[in-house]
Amino acid sequence: MADTEISPLDRNGIAAWCAHDIPEGWLVNLGIGIPTLVADFVPADREVIFHAENGVIGVGPAPSPDAVNPFLINASTTHVTLRTGGSYVHHADSFAIARGGHLDLCVLGAFEVAENGDIANWARSADEPVKQIGGAMDLAIGAQRLWVVMEHTTKEGEPRIRQRCTYPLTAKGVVKRVYTNLAVLDVTPRGIVVHDMIPGMTLEALQARTEAKLHTEGEP
Amino acid sequence: MAGRAINVSGWIAKGNPCCVSRLDDAESVRYACAMIDKFVHSMVDAMAGIADGSTVLLGGFGDVGIPTPLLDGLITQGARDLTIVAVAGGRDGSAIEQLLSLGRVRRLICSFVRPASLAGRLFQRGDLEVEIVPQGTLAERIRAAGAGITGFYTPTGADTLLAEGRETREIGDRLCLLEYPLPGDVALIEAWHADRWGNLTYRDSAQNLNPVMAMGAKLTIAMTRNVAALGELAPEAIVTPGIFVNRVLHVPL
Repeated sequence: MADTEISPLDRNGIAAWCAHDIPEGWLVNLGIGIPTLVADFVPADREVIFHAENGVIGVGPAPSPDAVNPFLINASTTHVTLRTGGSYVHHADSFAIARGGHLDLCVLGAFEVAENGDIANWARSADEPVKQIGGAMDLAIGAQRLWVVMEHTTKEGEPRIRQRCTYPLTAKGVVKRVYTNLAVLDVTPRGIVVHDMIPGMTLEALQARTEAKLHTEGEP
Repeated sequence: MAGRAINVSGWIAKGNPCCVSRLDDAESVRYACAMIDKFVHSMVDAMAGIADGSTVLLGGFGDVGIPTPLLDGLITQGARDLTIVAVAGGRDGSAIEQLLSLGRVRRLICSFVRPASLAGRLFQRGDLEVEIVPQGTLAERIRAAGAGITGFYTPTGADTLLAEGRETREIGDRLCLLEYPLPGDVALIEAWHADRWGNLTYRDSAQNLNPVMAMGAKLTIAMTRNVAALGELAPEAIVTPGIFVNRVLHVPL
């Protein structure tokens, strides 16, 4: 099918696709970038508890401009609110939540994901002089499941779903699912399995934009 | 042996039932002479004795919970050759950046350094040592220092560049990296309420690293926005017990 007949999702579309699949009751950490948008698409009456690694359990929506609490920010240092039932912990306890396996889900952005579940999201080369690790490595190894939300390819059209990551790894073998602007992919022991695609997308067209071999759910 | 004459009326007025019930006990009155009061009344007193070469732990995340007035006090106090431990290398115009610009920092241990920041530029010029640590590992290393844990294994970073040349071990089915505690000589922290025992509360997400830093240093200096009478803070609301705090300076908002 010709490319002109598909409409890749925008950042909000990717976030909404992911948000739709988060069940009520989960404790969820959202990374910065597209993952932060995910919270906007979880209905307020669905009790998903968002964790911010600076020690907020129960992050609520952004405040109205006249109701900003200067002492309340999320991991992106953006002002947020605390939803009813929320609480605060210090940094070591907050990362104990992440590293200790207490998060049902962490959603991160990435530069690359590999078919073995490796994720690269903190540096574009080993030679970068100054590095910014933040909390990504802790979240990636600690959450019960790691989902990635990202564009399917780079701006130049290079695949970002790889046989092996080319950028320095954040963690090995941890990604369970990837939401892109074209598809939802599961990372399984037999490799990348296509779970869903946007309207008009075909497996062949998706494979052309993906370095890793794509499998289908019906395959043995 | 007679105790020094003391004024106990303040204690009674504050209605601390424990003190009131013991007032007719001569021994207790004598101990009350040395009543615990961690408040200092000037920045000079707060910063007294911070030595050159100290490792200084800083609370704060983003612009929230950073003890900026204490950092300004450290700048005036003059200690140099410092190792600064903080979550990030300091934003433009921050007190950390000012300390860096004065050449007072030898080493920075943190999770984020923006390449364009002053810390990033100093590092690339070779004028600053930088150790980048995953944020959870950073918090846990400081907590370990405060908790007497002499090392721990964590999967964080074990399969990455950070593990090159370091001790790893498979535990269960996971590769783990050996991490050592990160103790401080001094911690500078910001609290919301403090009483004279040094019991502290924090405001919303301004808690962040402050309670962790308080446990991890030999000398913990807290600034507080509000002063509470002893007994006024609900025991279950106290986040940092005063046993982890050496000095408190009242710096109103």
